[in-house]
Amino acid sequence: MGWFFEPGLWSNEAVRTGIGVGAVVAVVSALVGLFTVVRGQSFAGHALADVATAGGAGAGVAGFSPFAGFVVGSLVGAGAMQTIGVERVRQRDVATGVVLGGATGLSALFLYLISLNSSSTGSTQSILFGSLFSVSHETFLIVSGVSLAVCLALAAVGRPLLFISLSPDAAVARGVARGRVALLYMLLVAITVSLSAVVVGSVLSTALLIGPAASALRLRRRLSETFVVAAALGVTAVALGVVLSYDSFYWWPSHRALPVSSCVVALVVGELVLVSALRAGSAHRRNARR
Amino acid sequence: MFTSFMTNAWIVGTVVALLAGATGFFVVLRGSSFAAHAVPNGAFAGAAGATLVGVAPLVGLVTFAVVAALAIGLSRRHRSDVATAIALVTMLALGAAFLSLSAAYEPQVDALLFGEILGVASSSLAPTVAISVLCALALGVMYRPLLFNAAAPDLAAARGLNPTVLEIGFMLVLALGAALSVPVVGALLTFSLTVGPPAAARLVTRRPGAALGLSMGLSVVTLWTAIAASFQANLPVGFFVGVLSAALYVAVRLSTRARAHSV
Repeated sequence: MGWFFEPGLWSNEAVRTGIGVGAVVAVVSALVGLFTVVRGQSFAGHALADVATAGGAGAGVAGFSPFAGFVVGSLVGAGAMQTIGVERVRQRDVATGVVLGGATGLSALFLYLISLNSSSTGSTQSILFGSLFSVSHETFLIVSGVSLAVCLALAAVGRPLLFISLSPDAAVARGVARGRVALLYMLLVAITVSLSAVVVGSVLSTALLIGPAASALRLRRRLSETFVVAAALGVTAVALGVVLSYDSFYWWPSHRALPVSSCVVALVVGELVLVSALRAGSAHRRNARR
Repeated sequence: MFTSFMTNAWIVGTVVALLAGATGFFVVLRGSSFAAHAVPNGAFAGAAGATLVGVAPLVGLVTFAVVAALAIGLSRRHRSDVATAIALVTMLALGAAFLSLSAAYEPQVDALLFGEILGVASSSLAPTVAISVLCALALGVMYRPLLFNAAAPDLAAARGLNPTVLEIGFMLVLALGAALSVPVVGALLTFSLTVGPPAAARLVTRRPGAALGLSMGLSVVTLWTAIAASFQANLPVGFFVGVLSAALYVAVRLSTRARAHSV
């Protein structure tokens, strides 16, 4: 296996922390993402990522940690979108877009200000596309704690959430507070997107949220099984992505490594394509037998 | 502000804004904001790829935007939002990988993502105008079918209008417009120009022709203001495009609601 695990991979502290953070975040993203896919809210999830970008960049200007900025930014965005979204379904698409567009404008300003004030380069890339190898041990602990909290909250809200997603009218008739459950879920997505932004960067966090969940929903029908499959696919993509990125340093004579986030996204998309192809193949065989 | 090195920015900016306003009218009408957000990121990957292999940026911009648009358009019939999200992150991740491999400087990256008004080369002037005219003609041909399809999709299909062909045609126009707009306004903010002014225009009037014209007008005014403000304040043009577009929509929405209350 020496050709695959390049020298120094396992003794490298940054790689170990990176894989640890990535695995925790991949599990939370996959679980929360299942509901996002079922509810057809990919656009909202991605818009939260873009609002989180503005928060992370703003925190950079003010000198706070990007993670705090991601969380504050995306929570504000979730509140704004939920406020606009309850009025009319027809306008939701546009309202989401306007919030997203305005927030991206702010990101442009903040990232420019950071680049003026700091001597170090690469701030744009590290906020937008992540910097998993520079995650500190302290951040690892914070991310793990927040992830646990999100999982507990999801366990509490999961059943009513599924109910309002699959049969909204029946849920309301049974007395489920639809608006409150939906808002709580949006806030959970916001925090999840912030966690995922630490691993693959804010604009790519959508990949961990949507990809593994969409693959799992194509493979399994039972909810409990999709949870396990989605989490496993997410963790696999992150762990292999870290290894690939580390290896890619040795691939070219120029020693320019591929970003971790690009490798992780490539694997997430690869899994989805493979799963879709497998399912298309089995459906084809089933039809042929008939 | 009107010196010779700014001439290209004004010309290309105006053309790009007119096209974005026209395309955006249909984006809002069809509810395809997410696709309109994803396609410019394809253009971003294309520009980054073109830098890596050393071909003209416009070639990369057009190729990747068209690929992203076709991928989204062909999958639109089933679970379009998941497919759009996946296409979007794939393109962004590709762009990030290309940029790392070509060891691009931070300002180059920022320019692609957030716009650079001085980034318009004279050599791209003629192709930009030519592609825009092509897109305008295509939109003219598709104008009635697109309206018909948006207003009564079942009836339109019954009359023999193929929704898939229409979708692909529209996505191609969206892709070409994004490819032209990304070097000026940036990959992440091309979308703002495509949604903010058209959405505001739709709030003002329901008549399609008037809304289309107003949308193009508002889009041009937004981009002109953004270019002028960017030149004066020396801040990224994308910041002004994003914030002005959002502010325009919010202002119009608040004023139409106030008027509805007073009646």
